[in-house]
Amino acid sequence: MPEHTPADHRTMIEISRVTRSYGAFKALDDASLTIREGEFFSLLGPSGCGKTTLLRMIAGFDNPTSGTIAVDGQPMDGIPANRRPTNMVFQSYAIFPHLNVEQNVAYGLKRLRLGAAEEKRRVEEALAQVSLTGLGKRGATELSGGQRQRVALARALVMRPKVLLLDEPLSALDKKLREQMQVELRRLQQAVGITFILVTHDQYEALAMSDRIAVMFGGRIAQVASPKEIYQRPVNRQVADFLGGMNFVKAEIVEENGASLVVDTLGFGRVRTDKPAAFVRNGKAATLGIRPERLRVLWDDAKAKFEVAGRVVERHYFGEITHLIVEIPGLENPLSVTETNDFGADDIPVGAPIRLAYDPDALVAMAD
Amino acid sequence: MTALRKIFARWLPVYAGLYIVFLYLPVVFLPIFSLNTAVTPKFPLEGLTLKWYEELPNTPALLDAAWNSLVVGIAAAILSTVLGICAARAITRYRFPGRRTINGLIMAPLVLPEIIVAVSMLLVILQMGLDLSLMTVVLGHVLVCIPYSLTVLTSGFEGFDRSLEEASADLGETAFGTFRRVTLPMVTPAIISSLLVSFTISLDEFIMAFFLTGTKPTLPIYIWGQLRFAAKLPGVLALGTLLLVGSFLLLTIAELLRRRAARRSQNTGGAFA
Amino acid sequence: MTAAAEGSPPLALGRRRRSSLLQTEPAQGFALISPTFLYALVLLVVPILVVVAHSFWTQNYLTIDRSFTLENYRVALTEPIYRDLLMRSLWISLLVSFFTVVMAYPIAYFISFHGGQHKGLWLFLITIPFWTSYLLRVMSWRVILGYNGVLNSGLMGLGFISEPSTALLYNTSAVVITLTHAWAAFAILPIFVSLEKVDRSLIEAATDLGDGPLRRFLRITLPLSSPGVIAALLIVMIPTVGDFVTPRLVGGKDGVMIANAIQAQFSKAANWPLGAALSVTTMVIVTAMAAAAVLIIRSAARLAR
Repeated sequence: MPEHTPADHRTMIEISRVTRSYGAFKALDDASLTIREGEFFSLLGPSGCGKTTLLRMIAGFDNPTSGTIAVDGQPMDGIPANRRPTNMVFQSYAIFPHLNVEQNVAYGLKRLRLGAAEEKRRVEEALAQVSLTGLGKRGATELSGGQRQRVALARALVMRPKVLLLDEPLSALDKKLREQMQVELRRLQQAVGITFILVTHDQYEALAMSDRIAVMFGGRIAQVASPKEIYQRPVNRQVADFLGGMNFVKAEIVEENGASLVVDTLGFGRVRTDKPAAFVRNGKAATLGIRPERLRVLWDDAKAKFEVAGRVVERHYFGEITHLIVEIPGLENPLSVTETNDFGADDIPVGAPIRLAYDPDALVAMAD
Repeated sequence: MTALRKIFARWLPVYAGLYIVFLYLPVVFLPIFSLNTAVTPKFPLEGLTLKWYEELPNTPALLDAAWNSLVVGIAAAILSTVLGICAARAITRYRFPGRRTINGLIMAPLVLPEIIVAVSMLLVILQMGLDLSLMTVVLGHVLVCIPYSLTVLTSGFEGFDRSLEEASADLGETAFGTFRRVTLPMVTPAIISSLLVSFTISLDEFIMAFFLTGTKPTLPIYIWGQLRFAAKLPGVLALGTLLLVGSFLLLTIAELLRRRAARRSQNTGGAFA
Repeated sequence: MTAAAEGSPPLALGRRRRSSLLQTEPAQGFALISPTFLYALVLLVVPILVVVAHSFWTQNYLTIDRSFTLENYRVALTEPIYRDLLMRSLWISLLVSFFTVVMAYPIAYFISFHGGQHKGLWLFLITIPFWTSYLLRVMSWRVILGYNGVLNSGLMGLGFISEPSTALLYNTSAVVITLTHAWAAFAILPIFVSLEKVDRSLIEAATDLGDGPLRRFLRITLPLSSPGVIAALLIVMIPTVGDFVTPRLVGGKDGVMIANAIQAQFSKAANWPLGAALSVTTMVIVTAMAAAAVLIIRSAARLAR
């Protein structure tokens, strides 16, 4: 498994069979999850999938209807938010408007009675961590969006929590700042070594920052894996779709054994692929997926071991890449292909015949 | 159509100006005639004098009434603000069945003829065998002040981001600590504003006081008594001018505080929104 | 706030695991509002019910006879003095609410659409006169409208009239002017609020679709601000009917209103049941009148589309 975190890290959060229901509606349905110490973990899914509910239950703002949550080996049942070793960065940042930056950051420290000198030292340290040194006296209402986010981070980090919870912390920022903060957050997490749990609906954010991702739909956890695994080997069409564009091809299972699967498709013929870990067979039907960037245009007489032939029906120009829609005889839906423009993909005329090369490893079998 | 538009655009500010004149007309004559040497209020003024103001502190009945009004006003302001805080907090923070109905009931004195509210309370108080006193005036004033308190406080509490309190709990603060360190400092301006507004209303309120007071008059009742005597008019006008200046100052402070509170919670709705 | 929407689904459905009654959201909210609710219940609803009960009883000097009778209502509705007072009060409150709203609308419109940076200042300017003593404002109108008053001396000074007019004070129009002034702020504020809520792009859309200033005002702005007009009408119409200070001070004989009769029953005449019946009758009729006005405005707003 291509994991970024050392596997010997101990468990920080253990979520076992947690359900949260509101009347008949289940916001979270029998979710189990293990998050390791020092890990950057993302809860990814569309709005309403239960990711925020789960985060708020870890923080103590909500209680499971059934199931337990343990932080650092200690069950959290009945422990209120103010006595949990977790701290949160709120989506709205929740910067206290009547306090300045320094007072905001020192808010939680006041109760610890550290003494003025130590308190000041920790505030300075936290402000330095988020590059806000010198802005301590700034009023809460005089901050930019990015600065508010940093104050919220510093205010949580200064408590030295075992787990830092981030509720869509970047969603209020504009695109450029968001990308910059992604890098900074990741760097910060590696510097402090604390477990970070990020809630996001932005798949690129999750892919770029996380050690591992849990993809959630409708209150259920669909897949937990590394970003690469999630992107390349999604367990089902829903996950595949949410993580970015993917071509789906109807397939029929011919053979299933241990770790591999042999399927028959129109267009791609007979293919042998790795069987996904959570593969649940549902009759003979299955789906084969391939990401658009894993299909390459074959120029002139170039040959490839595996190729399909078709005709260009649409062409969309995106600057550094071109998006081609290619009709393949026998396939129900045309294939999407993204090709860099280095070799002139943007000049391929609509209607032209085209050959596409692929690597069978890029084909992934999915339960229907 | 453009011609119409031009007429409209030109006359609207003129109309606004005239309307303001209409609104302030009765208000500006109070101070003017309170400085007149003659007893009858008419132009031209006979001469300027401060004697009507000088007489005010030498009128024991007036001082008594002022003291009564002060006591009633402070009591009514505190009570209606406390009750307003409960209601405003419940309405802005919680969703519960009957919320709109209850809110409507609390706001009802605003759209009921005051005389009917007063008479109803009078009947019940007399039926229960209670004596009319300043206490019963306070009860009545609280009832008519609550809608105003509630409006001012709701505008201060609204938009109060719930995650602020959660953030405080998340940082280790207890429920009481959160109230003291986050909630209270943020809503204090609205609370002071509510106190000032209720006090001003109680100070001016006549009908409830007229029916519900015993032997002790409040200021408006004292004024009502004086209005029968033409010779007392300049003194009443002088008193009215002082009340006007006082109310104006209190309400300016109240408004500034309300705006500060609203800005804090990033809410720009008007006091009566 | 999207997090809240996602994090806490319909709270009406919310039920905690430890569902002790006080831990549920609705129960907490209800507990919090109950002191204020009870206050209004005990000092407003109960007294009004007591008044309604009294209106069906009779009084012999100091004792109340609690047998059911409609006699008070017969007196209230058929005795010429009460009937005339009631009719006049309703007429006056209708006039006052009409003039107040019609005069207030352009001001509210002006502040909302042309107030620019100074909206708050304008609103404050408008509310100040309303905060001065009500008695003294009414008194001041007497000074303005009186025989030797400001208006008469002004008109004579300008040569419009040769001797003071008596037509200004102690009649219905004096009452209407005074009350229209007294309730101005109460009409402007709700109309202003509803005008502020009118999405400006709707007006632009109407222009884009070919409506001129008058048409788009009649088809978009006016109908969308009708909730404010309705609120203003209710806030002015119902309380106005119960005023007795203004009629006493500026109304003269022609300006006396039903509230003066009610007041008399509860003080000098001391016939509580009759006073109660007059109060209830007034309330019921004015409420019906207000409801009719609301219906008319609503259907007018619908027709304007």
